[in-house]
Amino acid sequence: MNNRSIAPTFWDRFWRLANPKVFMGWSGRALPWVAAAAGLFLCSGLIWGYFFTPDDIRQGSTVKIIYLHVPAALMAINGYLLMFVGALVWLIRRQHVSVLAAKAAAPVGMVMTLIALATGAIWGQPMWGTYWVWDPRLTSFLILFLFYVGYIALWAAIEDEDTAADLTSVLAIVGAVFAMLSRYAVFFWNQGLHQGTTVTMADGAQQDNISNVFFQPLLLSMMGFGLLFLTLLLIGTRTEVRSRRLKVLQARERME
Amino acid sequence: MMPDLGKYGLEVNSSYVLSLLALAVIIGLYAKRSRAVKRDLAAMEAVHDA
Repeated sequence: MNNRSIAPTFWDRFWRLANPKVFMGWSGRALPWVAAAAGLFLCSGLIWGYFFTPDDIRQGSTVKIIYLHVPAALMAINGYLLMFVGALVWLIRRQHVSVLAAKAAAPVGMVMTLIALATGAIWGQPMWGTYWVWDPRLTSFLILFLFYVGYIALWAAIEDEDTAADLTSVLAIVGAVFAMLSRYAVFFWNQGLHQGTTVTMADGAQQDNISNVFFQPLLLSMMGFGLLFLTLLLIGTRTEVRSRRLKVLQARERME
Repeated sequence: MMPDLGKYGLEVNSSYVLSLLALAVIIGLYAKRSRAVKRDLAAMEAVHDA
């Protein structure tokens, strides 16, 4: 046998990161740095946005809600897509850490969806004259929120961990369709009050672009929300790995 | 230091208060559960190692 045949490939090394022991090692080292970066980006984005940006000509000071609404909506969708990937990896490769990461991501994603819905409603009242309208994007976001709730409830309802992982993974895959619908609803149905994507209009080339005055703190805030999501994901996944180990030890103790 | 939010002060401030409150709650819950599970596991491992 030559050396090439036994040398680990990139994918061997990649999947090794999901080994629970290896995961606890690298995630424990990364967590303080990710948490510190999350705090730094989130505080600078929100403080800059709230205190040091001007009012918009059309929207007045309500434009400051963008620093919460857009990053929360972004993480609500991406959080569910992350759950989709975790579910897929579990169903194909039976990697426990992947499905535990999906489980840990769900409450954070649900809170992000709630923030996006609440800030959207508060913003909608002065701009559209109503808190809520059955607009394609708003409706698909509400359905996404219900998928998050259903996913969390299903985990809680099933005692056997592997059965719960299987069933919630199927739900996560079905729900991912709505996550994508939430993202592209404005394009699928050319109707409703909600505008198109804010961030892709930030290059200054189109008429309705978001100005750099608003975009720079928005970018910081989006990075802050993303890093906060990652921080909570790591904390939550590490907790789930420990919880699983605890259950194994408790079961072993009952058998002795 | 507070910015002049004009007639939309209530909308902007309530958005920030609600969102930061929601984030604080989820951070608190994750930190609390993490500490509890870590403590219980350490206690269980100590029993097993003994």
